[in-house]
Amino acid sequence: MDRQLSTRAKVGWALGGLAILVYALFPVAWIVSLSLKAPSDLSNQQFLPTRFSLENYREIFTGNASELFLSALRNSVGICLIATFISVVLAMFAAYAIARLEFPGKRLILSTALAVAIFPVISIVTPLFNLWRQIGLYDTWPGLIIPYLSLTLPISIWTLSAFFREIPWEMEQAAQVDGATNWQAFRKVIVPLAAPGVFTTAIISFFIAWNDFVYGISLTSTERARPVPAALAFFTGSSQFELPTGAISAAAVIVTIPVVVLILLFQRRIVAGLTNGAVKG
Amino acid sequence: MSSTTLAPGEQERARTASGRRPGLTDRAKAERRLGWMLAGPAFAVMLLVTAYPILQAVYESLFDFRLTDPDNRSFTGLTNYWVILTDWIWWRSLLVTLLITVVTVAVELVLGFGLALVMHRALTTLRPIIRTAILIPYAIITVVSAFAWQYAFALDTGFVNPWLNLGAFNWFGSFSPSIVVICLSEIWKTTPFISLLLLAGLAQVSEDLQEAAKVDGATWWERLRKVTIPNMKAAIMVALLFRTLDAFRVFDNIFIMTNGANGTESVSFLAYRQTISRLEIGLGSAVSVLLFLCVVLISALFIKGFKVDLSQARGEK
Repeated sequence: MDRQLSTRAKVGWALGGLAILVYALFPVAWIVSLSLKAPSDLSNQQFLPTRFSLENYREIFTGNASELFLSALRNSVGICLIATFISVVLAMFAAYAIARLEFPGKRLILSTALAVAIFPVISIVTPLFNLWRQIGLYDTWPGLIIPYLSLTLPISIWTLSAFFREIPWEMEQAAQVDGATNWQAFRKVIVPLAAPGVFTTAIISFFIAWNDFVYGISLTSTERARPVPAALAFFTGSSQFELPTGAISAAAVIVTIPVVVLILLFQRRIVAGLTNGAVKG
Repeated sequence: MSSTTLAPGEQERARTASGRRPGLTDRAKAERRLGWMLAGPAFAVMLLVTAYPILQAVYESLFDFRLTDPDNRSFTGLTNYWVILTDWIWWRSLLVTLLITVVTVAVELVLGFGLALVMHRALTTLRPIIRTAILIPYAIITVVSAFAWQYAFALDTGFVNPWLNLGAFNWFGSFSPSIVVICLSEIWKTTPFISLLLLAGLAQVSEDLQEAAKVDGATWWERLRKVTIPNMKAAIMVALLFRTLDAFRVFDNIFIMTNGANGTESVSFLAYRQTISRLEIGLGSAVSVLLFLCVVLISALFIKGFKVDLSQARGEK
C-alpha cells in the first residue's frame, strides 16, 4: 500500500479479510468435522464431534464402501488426468498459432471456444447417451474422456492464448543471434517461459474435469468408469438402517485434498490464469 | 491484440502493408497453412464434441422414441415440442431455473464485489492467505458442496436448526426452504469466481481518478458509484454473462439435495430425467434443444442488449 492508512481502516480491512476466511472455510470445516464423527455421533446435531473417530475413513478405504469408493477414485484420477493432458496438448498447439501466427479464422476459433464453454452440458449428454450405447462407449473411460474435452478444451485454449501473448518471443531470435541452435533457443528460452502457463492451464482444466457430475452419472452405470462425484450419489450405509452420511463425508474430504494441495502450492498462478483468460485490459 | 506484442509475422505484415500491395507471399501462405495445422485439431475436437451432439439432439427430438421400445420409433415432427410447451412441468422447471439464476447471480454480484473490494485493499501480507482461502470454494467439487450444505440443514445431522432455534423445521420438506438451501450452496461455491473477475476489473481502475475524486471532496460511496463502477463496467458485464449462463445450467445441487422433489426441478434436471431415467430419447432431446435455445437467447440478450464486449472476454484488446 502506497498510501498511509489509519489504524481504524487497517483494522477494518483486516476484519473484512477475516470474514472472507470464515466464509470460505466454514463449510469445509463442517464436512471435515462430520467425517470425523463416530457413527453414534452423526445425528447429534452439533457442529463438532463429541469423540473423534476414523471409523468413516476405515469404511471407505477398507470397509464396505471401499469397493465403490476406491474404483471411483481410480476412475476419477485416470479419466481427469488423461482428459487434461489431451486438452492441454491440443490447446498448446492452437494457442501457439493464435498468439504467434497470422491466419484467417483466428477469431472463429476463439469464438467457438467461447460458445463451447457456455454450452449446456445436458444438451450434449442426451444424444451421447444414446450414441455411446450403440457404439459401445457407454460406461468406459474413453466414453467420459471424449465429452470431458468439451469442458476442458475451451478454457485451455483461452487461458493458454492469454499466457502465450505475454511471452517475449523475440528472445528466441536473440538467443539464435547469440549462437544458439533452433532447438537450444526453444528449449532454453521458450520452454521455461511457457511452462508456467501450460502448467497453470493444466491445473484449471483438471479442476473442471474433477468437478464433473452430469457426464459421470449419465454415461456410466457401474464401477468400471464411474467417477467419484457420481459414485457419492450412490453411496449407501453399511446396513439399510445406517446412514451413508459418514462415508460420504469422509469420501468428500478425500477428494477435496488434491484440490486444496494444488491451491496451496499454486494459488497466485491459478488466480492469474483464471482472470487472464476471462478479463484482460 | 495488444500492440506491444507484435509477433514477427505481424511486423512483417505491417511493413509490407505500408509498402507495395502484393498478393499473398509464399511465406504468408505457409503461415496460414501452419496456423490451421496447429489450431485445426483443437477446433475440430470442439466441433465434434458439441456441434455434432446438438445436431443429433435436434434430429432425435423429431421422433417418438423410447429406448425401452426401440421398434416403435416413428417420425412425429414437432409433436414433442408441442407436448413439452403445453405442459406445466416445463414452465415450472423454467421458472425455477430463472428464479435460482436471478437470486444467485444478484446475491453473488453484490457479495462478490464486497469480497473483491476487501481483497483489493487488504494488506499485502494478508492477500495470499485470502486468495488461497477463496479459491477453495471455487475448486471444490459441486457435489461435495451440495452434501456439506445439505447435511448442515438436514433434520437428522444438521447443526443449523439447533443454532437458529428452529426445532424440527424440515428444510427439504417444501419448495421455498429447499430453494433457499440450494441457492446458498450455489452462491457459496461460485461467488469466488465472480469476485476474482471483479478484482481484476478493480485493478484496472486508475488510482489517479480515485485521488482526483477524493480531492474534489467525493465521499467513499460517491467514488464507488461514480468512478469505480463505471470504470469496470466491462469486467462486471463479462462476469455477469458467465455466471448467468452457468447458473442457468444448475443441476448438481438439485440432484443431491432434493432430487427434484417439491417442484424444485430445473430445466437441466428435467432433460436428465426424461432421457436417462425414463429413456424417453425423443422428449428428452426436445428438452435439451429448448435448453440450448434458452442459453443462446440469454447470450444474445447480453451481447446485443447490454453490449457486452466479448473481445474483452477473449483477452484480445
